[in-house]
Amino acid sequence: MRFGVVVFPGSNCHQDCFYVIENVLNQPVEYIWHKSRDLDSFDCIILPGGFSYGDYLRTGAIAKFSPIMRQISHFAQRGGLVIGICNGFQILLEVRLLPGAMLKNKNLHFICKYVYVKTKNNKTPFTNLYRKNEILKMPIAHNEGNYYIDRDGLKKLKKNRQIVFSYCSQDGDVNKKSNPNGALANIAGIINKKGNVLGMMPHPERSSEEILGSKNGFLIFKSIAKWLRHRKNI
Amino acid sequence: MLKAEIYITLKKTISDPQGLTIKHALESLGYKGLQEVRIGKLVTIRLNTGDKKEAKKQVDEMCQKLLANPIIENYSFKIEEVK
Repeated sequence: MRFGVVVFPGSNCHQDCFYVIENVLNQPVEYIWHKSRDLDSFDCIILPGGFSYGDYLRTGAIAKFSPIMRQISHFAQRGGLVIGICNGFQILLEVRLLPGAMLKNKNLHFICKYVYVKTKNNKTPFTNLYRKNEILKMPIAHNEGNYYIDRDGLKKLKKNRQIVFSYCSQDGDVNKKSNPNGALANIAGIINKKGNVLGMMPHPERSSEEILGSKNGFLIFKSIAKWLRHRKNI
Repeated sequence: MLKAEIYITLKKTISDPQGLTIKHALESLGYKGLQEVRIGKLVTIRLNTGDKKEAKKQVDEMCQKLLANPIIENYSFKIEEVK
């Protein structure tokens, strides 16, 4: 199996993602420059966090037109796994691979801290090693993580079990108090209907080793590897 | 030459914490009883066409493709002759 980490001008979490795949997951991984047009040899694409194109206009709005994004849309249509983390999630929303949009954090601050999220759906390629409702400690670091979708959209997300992670308290209460950024329904991560494109605001690559304060994020990468192994029979 | 002024605003149904903060600031300056303050973006573009109809079409396309996100934003624009 082969992982690819996309690099846009302004990405800044690509090395962390690369490091986790290569040194913690021990799987082959390559950087993919955003002007690249060939994704054929990859099984999973990671859109990392950062400030692609300086977040000018709106987060992800300009990255949307990078040549690689068209390829990633085709890749996703063919069933390839795509995970967007933080700015990667914002880009997936702008290209409409995931529904909804991001607004500025409700308190207008850049929030950089550990949060807890609840695993609402563990039947995905990205979360199959978590228990249902497992509470995970992961860091967030963003200015625009206030997820928004219209009422019908939210209904569909709920109906199709597309909400994968919800912000919660340490004890697992999903409420206003445990919502760091104002995100609708405490949404921290969603998946597309087909189940192969995940976007999430917390950073699993920054919480994949004990030395970093939490390794709760690592099972995301391990779940992906397990799922790919199963699918490819390797 | 034609110049476009494009206004991008958050949809009415979406809360605007920046506008709210500024409303509070204005009120603390003594401007009591303000109904609402909302913040948007202004984009100006000097166009490469002199034809108003064509300009309108181009700017509308630009808004839809890039300048505004229809999920959260509305846009409006005016096009005028400048020297």
